[in-house]
Amino acid sequence: MSLGSGTESALATDIAFWVIAVSVIISAVAVVHMRDVFRAALFLVVVFLGTAGLFVLLRAEFLAVVQVIVYVGAISVLILFAILMTQDAEQGSPPNRLRYPVGLLAFLLGAASVFTILNSDWMLLADALPSTLTTEAAQMVNEVYSNTIPKIATLLLRDYVLAFEAVSVLLLAAIIGALVLVRER
Amino acid sequence: MSLENFLILGAILFAIGLYGALSKRNAIAVLMSIELMFNAVNITAVALSRYVVPASLMGDAASITDQAARTLLTGQIFSIFIITVAAAEIALGVAIVIALYRSRETIFVTDATQLKN
Repeated sequence: MSLGSGTESALATDIAFWVIAVSVIISAVAVVHMRDVFRAALFLVVVFLGTAGLFVLLRAEFLAVVQVIVYVGAISVLILFAILMTQDAEQGSPPNRLRYPVGLLAFLLGAASVFTILNSDWMLLADALPSTLTTEAAQMVNEVYSNTIPKIATLLLRDYVLAFEAVSVLLLAAIIGALVLVRER
Repeated sequence: MSLENFLILGAILFAIGLYGALSKRNAIAVLMSIELMFNAVNITAVALSRYVVPASLMGDAASITDQAARTLLTGQIFSIFIITVAAAEIALGVAIVIALYRSRETIFVTDATQLKN
């Protein structure tokens, strides 16, 4: 695939993808399977890092950095602190009565999703590039992927500025709400 | 490495997260499973925006502008917002778990029955 490709070879990215995919899925299973919540949280960090790696493979470098800063840096630390603060109440993480029906439900949902994905006719950029798209459009695609960060900045601060401000207010509300909830009375 | 690989990975991750979110008693484990689901959705959104042609690029040359080219990145923008909302959600979730632990000495969702009856 030539689209926006850099110097990386197809084989190297394939190997990277499969290594990351397998480790992400194994870690995700470990997160829901471990009885020890602390270890589950450490496996969750592996899932977050793997997702950042997948973002790099998808040429979303900005998102990969955001993922490492927000998820690995902030969210996992928050979860680990919550586990430490509630440690004397902790008796592991046993499943509730719904374990088997919910497992069946999740399996069916995953199987239906995979079936739909494999049977859908995706309009792929790589196929459209030589035939359907004009040369100008193909050039623009390559230009967008050559450096995504300025385009993301333009999108965030011009096209999606209302959502951007709304999400800032949401974060402020979440901070105040969290402070009120954990305040000593 | 194709679109289907990423989408299937996202689907599997989402199913694992759904199982964890619905079958765990420990509230922190439930929160962690919800984070798994958020990650699955992010992977799916970014993969779709990477591989699928936006309709705005399909027209004739005159109608294609900078604006149209930027729709290629819509999935990434959505992921940024999802990450932000996930951060807000986890902060509030952890605060609620700690408040529950203070008042009831438990972090099991099955023991949080104050609103029952």
